[in-house]
Amino acid sequence: MTAQHSPLHPMTYSTRGADPATAPAFLAPLDQVGAGLPGSGLSWLTDLRAAGRERFVAVGLPTIKNESWRYTNLRDLAKIGFRPASPAAATIDLLPTVRAEGQDGPRLVFVDGRFRADLSSIEGLPPGVELLSIAAALTSHTDLLADHIGRLAVADDRPLVALNSAYLADGPVLHVPAGIQVERPIELVFVSVGSEAQATSCHPRSLLIAEAGSKAVVVEHHVGRGAGTTLSNHVTEVFVGEGATLHHYKSQREGGGAIHLSHIAATVATGGCYDNFILTTGAKLSRNEVVSRLDGTDARTHVSGGYLVRSTQHADTTTLIVHAKPNGTSREVYKGVIGDTARAVFQGKITVCPDAQKTDGYQLNRALLLSDGAEIDSKPELEIHADDVKCSHGCTAGELDDDALFYLRARGIDRDTAQGLLIGAFLSESLEEIAEESIRDAFQGIVAGWLEEQK
Amino acid sequence: MAAQPETVEQVRAVTEQKYKYGFTTDIEADVAPKGLNEDIVRFISAKKEEPEWLLEWRLKAFRVWQTMEEPEWAAVSFPPIDYQDAHYYAAPKKKAGPKSLDEVDPELLKTYEKLGIPLREQEILAGVEGSEGKSPAIAVDAVFDSVSVATTFKAKLEEMGIIFCAISEAVQKHPDLVKKYLGSVVPYTDNYYATLNCAVFTDGSFVYIPKGVRCPMELSTYFRINQANTGQFERTLIIADEGAYVSYLEGCTAPKRDENQLHAAVVELVAMDDATIKYSTVQNWYPGNEEGVGGIYNFVTKRGACRGRNSKISWTQVETGSAITWKYPSCILQGDNSVGEFYSVAITNNFQQADTGTKMIHIGKNTRSTIVSKGISAGKAQQTYRGLVKILPKAEGARNHTQCDSLLIGDRCGAHTVPYIESRNRSARIEHEATTAKISEDQLFYCRQRGISEEDAVSLIVNGFCKEVLKELPMEFAVEAQKLVGISLEGSVG
Repeated sequence: MTAQHSPLHPMTYSTRGADPATAPAFLAPLDQVGAGLPGSGLSWLTDLRAAGRERFVAVGLPTIKNESWRYTNLRDLAKIGFRPASPAAATIDLLPTVRAEGQDGPRLVFVDGRFRADLSSIEGLPPGVELLSIAAALTSHTDLLADHIGRLAVADDRPLVALNSAYLADGPVLHVPAGIQVERPIELVFVSVGSEAQATSCHPRSLLIAEAGSKAVVVEHHVGRGAGTTLSNHVTEVFVGEGATLHHYKSQREGGGAIHLSHIAATVATGGCYDNFILTTGAKLSRNEVVSRLDGTDARTHVSGGYLVRSTQHADTTTLIVHAKPNGTSREVYKGVIGDTARAVFQGKITVCPDAQKTDGYQLNRALLLSDGAEIDSKPELEIHADDVKCSHGCTAGELDDDALFYLRARGIDRDTAQGLLIGAFLSESLEEIAEESIRDAFQGIVAGWLEEQK
Repeated sequence: MAAQPETVEQVRAVTEQKYKYGFTTDIEADVAPKGLNEDIVRFISAKKEEPEWLLEWRLKAFRVWQTMEEPEWAAVSFPPIDYQDAHYYAAPKKKAGPKSLDEVDPELLKTYEKLGIPLREQEILAGVEGSEGKSPAIAVDAVFDSVSVATTFKAKLEEMGIIFCAISEAVQKHPDLVKKYLGSVVPYTDNYYATLNCAVFTDGSFVYIPKGVRCPMELSTYFRINQANTGQFERTLIIADEGAYVSYLEGCTAPKRDENQLHAAVVELVAMDDATIKYSTVQNWYPGNEEGVGGIYNFVTKRGACRGRNSKISWTQVETGSAITWKYPSCILQGDNSVGEFYSVAITNNFQQADTGTKMIHIGKNTRSTIVSKGISAGKAQQTYRGLVKILPKAEGARNHTQCDSLLIGDRCGAHTVPYIESRNRSARIEHEATTAKISEDQLFYCRQRGISEEDAVSLIVNGFCKEVLKELPMEFAVEAQKLVGISLEGSVG
């Protein structure tokens, strides 16, 4: 794989409207923990942290004046006064999983951003496949990290990536060598515990590398245990090699006090496929950014998801697909359900670079509003610089179909059940994008649980 | 696609033309000194013999404008504009105001003949036939360097109580109406270019259709920038009172010049209960040459307010000219059951840039809007559709359908789509679709096989692509628009 330092399109992700005044509140705690961060002897790492810090000092949190953040306001975050979560040895039971009976792994567990070896296992991995924490890899796999970290998630135009880099300390590393197929899903579990007395923050970094011709399935669970206010500012870098396939599924069901900010940056080499699906049901405020770059010819990417929000939740999905090379295919299918006075945001952009002839890009976002006071803001965007392409997007918003509801009720099904059936059917269109059956079933279970609570 | 012989012939006729409106007319002009300050604003107001309230309004706008920043969000780029290096007032010199066409400078009339607006012919034609109702007559208000020079059919319209005149004349004769509605849709604080327009607008058209009157003919304005180094700042205000109907056409041209000229117009439409306003534009300002030198900067604010129940405002635009277009004709759907429509064809070739679209703001119950946008980008042009559909919480049963299609010709142009869709009412239904593709090889092959040259074939196919919008134009304009489509794409293939 060749290095690709490609800054993303500056038009949408400029730091215009940034607010440097918000920076100190987030960086002050770093002065206390900074020296204790792992890998302080590695110059590339200290440089990366320093650059992240410098950038964040200059720009602070993004504001709604920044085009990419116009619908998600982080203003109140600066007032909360987060402290870095202390690596507490909290007892964790009942971890979510998609594993079959009797399997112990592979699974890595992170509590408030720190690796928990006692809860993790690498059982079931084929030889050669590496799955470990960044903190451990900093001593054992220095070159692997140096070659990959910070290459895709560029801090220049993303304040939160900068902040993540400044605090970079831990997170999962997956390395699948060339030609290896990993059969079992690899589970990454992130638990926010926090504390009731103090709002806490963590900044995990994930690194997923699938070398040429390999295949793997990664499942991420983000859950909350505890009632405190927690901020998870997660950055993931994904490298998909030539002809490799990486399925990357994520379920975010953090607690009501959680703020979940995530940035996933992926690059796909020739003939490779990056398949991402995110199911959002948790957190009071969440933002999932997915940037998938097709940097080789004949590459494919699927970026899909579902967002189910109610009460006063705010869920933001922001995707950018960059077709940098010819013959690429991208597909996005999002479905959202918004109840009470919740608000959902969908911003999806497809960029086709001048070289990327024969691109086929498709995007769909459909939102269902369940109540007065619910809000959806959509911004599907096409930026096309090549002529021989086929790109389209569709976007709808509306309520449940009265006729369909009437049809079910006429057959003796009560209103709540009928609504549940229709919402389930509506969401299944996006869930069907999940290629792995066991995971599709697990995610469908999460949706069913959500609908049950909705009654 | 069946190629009608006459269509092919027509396309051939026009593809041999370049920008045929590129001539200047040598008419003595009354020009304000270069620069922009309060004195210039006072000068314009004094020239127009305006009442005190209007001068005050202009000055308020000017003071706000000085505190504003030029917008940067549009996907267009151009060197900074020196607002001090332009004339803000240029009027064809005249001895006294023309009372009829006969008094108009013959040079001017010749200009209009070249442009193909037969002001004079129409009057004669109507007179000969003696039955104006039968022929599809058009009343024309001609605006020359932002000063209205002639309005036809005035007498006939006055009989029905319709007011159609230059806005400067309306300020004198119907001050109450102007005062009531001017700035009521586009306030003087609205945006950089609109605010500048409020301060320095020189003329434009004013239309008032009284209650229950259906305007019997198309009303039309022809805008032309003639004077070098002038900005054109015209202002149009159209009010359709209860149950009224009006169809309004706007055409624009400018001579070829190497330097860029600024055009910052404001159009305000007000539709009361059951009223309908149909506003059609064929914008063919000078787009600059093949190297991207010269051309008009067309930074226009157009907005319609559907104030009354069951009112309707329909925008149709064919945008082929201008070096840079920055334009978003919008509808504020305030009255229950009101309807907003936006039909647009935008063609950019060579180095043209266009950032255009619409805003549909749904406020009232059962409000409906339709957006159909067809963008064609060729050469090294960049084009963006930027639109907003906003459903406010009270807009029960609101409905929107949007279709944006882009066609790319050549591999060095760009076509972008940036829609914003915001819904805060669950009973609202919104659908948005956008596609981008290139001219189908199959269609092109089919035409070529039948002996149609590549350029003619492209023109045919593009006309087909735009048909959904072009059919919304009044007949007389549709023909011209079809020709323009062909001319604009000249040199984009082969």
